[in-house]
Amino acid sequence: MSKLVLRRVDRNNEEMLINFGPQHPSTHGVLNFLVETDGEVMKRAIPDIGYLHRSLEKIGEMVGYPGYMPYTDRIDYLAAMFANEGYAIAVEKLIKVEVPKRAQYLRAISCELNRIASHLVSVGTMATDIGAVTPLVYALREREIINDLLEALCGARLTYNYHRIGGVAFDMPAGWQEKVIAYLDRFDSSVQEWDRLISFNEIYKKRLGGVAVVSREQAIDYGLSGPNLRGSGVDWDLRRDAPYGAYPDFQFDVPVGRGWAGKVGDCFDRYYVRVLEMAQSSRIVRQALEKMPEGEITAKVPRKVKPEAGEVQSRIESARGEMAYYVVSDGTERAHRVRARTGSYMAMGIIEDVSPGLMVADLVALIASLDVVAPETDR
Amino acid sequence: MTTIEIHQKLQEAFGDAVGPLGQPKVDPFAVVKGDRIVEICAWLKKTPGIEIDFLQDLTAVDWPKRNVIEVVYHLFSFPHRHGIVLKVELDRANPVVHTVEGVWKAANWLEREVYDLFGVVFTGHPDLRRVMLPDDWVGHPLRKDYQEAGGFHGIPNLRENPLVELRRIDLVRIAEHQKANPPPPPPPPAPPPAAAPAAGTPPAPSTPPAAPKA
Repeated sequence: MSKLVLRRVDRNNEEMLINFGPQHPSTHGVLNFLVETDGEVMKRAIPDIGYLHRSLEKIGEMVGYPGYMPYTDRIDYLAAMFANEGYAIAVEKLIKVEVPKRAQYLRAISCELNRIASHLVSVGTMATDIGAVTPLVYALREREIINDLLEALCGARLTYNYHRIGGVAFDMPAGWQEKVIAYLDRFDSSVQEWDRLISFNEIYKKRLGGVAVVSREQAIDYGLSGPNLRGSGVDWDLRRDAPYGAYPDFQFDVPVGRGWAGKVGDCFDRYYVRVLEMAQSSRIVRQALEKMPEGEITAKVPRKVKPEAGEVQSRIESARGEMAYYVVSDGTERAHRVRARTGSYMAMGIIEDVSPGLMVADLVALIASLDVVAPETDR
Repeated sequence: MTTIEIHQKLQEAFGDAVGPLGQPKVDPFAVVKGDRIVEICAWLKKTPGIEIDFLQDLTAVDWPKRNVIEVVYHLFSFPHRHGIVLKVELDRANPVVHTVEGVWKAANWLEREVYDLFGVVFTGHPDLRRVMLPDDWVGHPLRKDYQEAGGFHGIPNLRENPLVELRRIDLVRIAEHQKANPPPPPPPPAPPPAAAPAAGTPPAPSTPPAAPKA
């Protein structure tokens, strides 16, 4: 998929050019790496993406504003709520609609539950990728219940299409609140279980500690965001520092990488930040359920959304980093341009420059710790 | 520092190269001259008090009516928590601008995407290749006047509605079945019922009475 100028491979030593993918199980979707290796040590790994390109930005110009909402789900199928929310916020800014308080709370709850589900897949597959198969089963066991809860809320298990321009589609069903609380009661202890099971397992720490270190300056320079940025020691979270929706109402901590297993910004830090974030998401959901206000769940939005000419950008904290929708309107019923900036795409950009000198097996750990998801990179 | 203050400082430093801060509906932006974008970005990154260290997004917008492709830079600063949006306007026929990869490494992949989907050429880019589409793809799909080529290496991008094919198979089956089991001969046609005069038509003239014999 790319016209590469590869270095001439010297046949006298052990140099090889390996295609790592596109159907490798640990590459989290269909993506390819061209790996130049000398034995087990990589010279560099060149990401080759685009296998899942579906022209989602072009589709945004073809359909009307409300009609694009189901397509945003497909940007990231592991965390579809965030894509919904980012797009909804952008269009709401464009047409100047105030979202009712109850809808904002429902958005926060659905997004945080989705964040837990997404991080569970991330940490579970990371363990699998580097050779520990059991934790994935534990992670999927927990995630399954979140899928059930979200299905009860909005009718779908992966591609939710739950948020609407001006609010959300459905209110909580009867008895849902108690089910969520009961689940979180169990889940909070499962984070400790996770710690006992794998996080501070000596083998796991040694396997990930000090591997593929991304320094603070490098992380900012390469545009990393979300857990990857925090894993490198940057204390930044859009939910706290540039709050949107209902987030100003909640108390939560922002976990930042501290070099738990060696250096700040290594694979273990990025991994463990996600584990800690799940506990914080659980805190947010509890607070939101407790303070849930009464009222409408959608604002009054005209059936035909036809904003004035102008442009906005909405920034939200997705499970894979900062998701920013840039929507340009030319005054018609269809957007002139819809652009989604995603965390995975930026994370792919750093792999080529971090890879030299890593072992081939560490590339797997690096991809897993950056939590790259192929549909989000390709869009 | 607010966006307006950053913009004022930019104008003090670069004069005419920085256009006025537009006030469209929500997010303001400033159009800057394309040949000075690298200078301006480097200045924004280095100047104390501004220190924009994060290239949050880099994308493009196609405006065929104005014959312009805009490259949009969303800039942000972690230490000061402020930001600004810059735009560069390029000719649609020959969109060329210098890369800002030397200022922020994040520009590397973002510019590759803009090159791939809009055809903007970033001079000085270390690795300007297509990123989403195959190398031998023709055209840049996010341009407004992009026409699909009708296929790629013999793989069509259009196909017949599968229902049409299923209907065709159905018709063949029905024909075979009818051939194997010819229908019984139709009963002799019943005499047509006396046609009632259709409404609206004038009643048929009754046969004229026989002319009286002379």
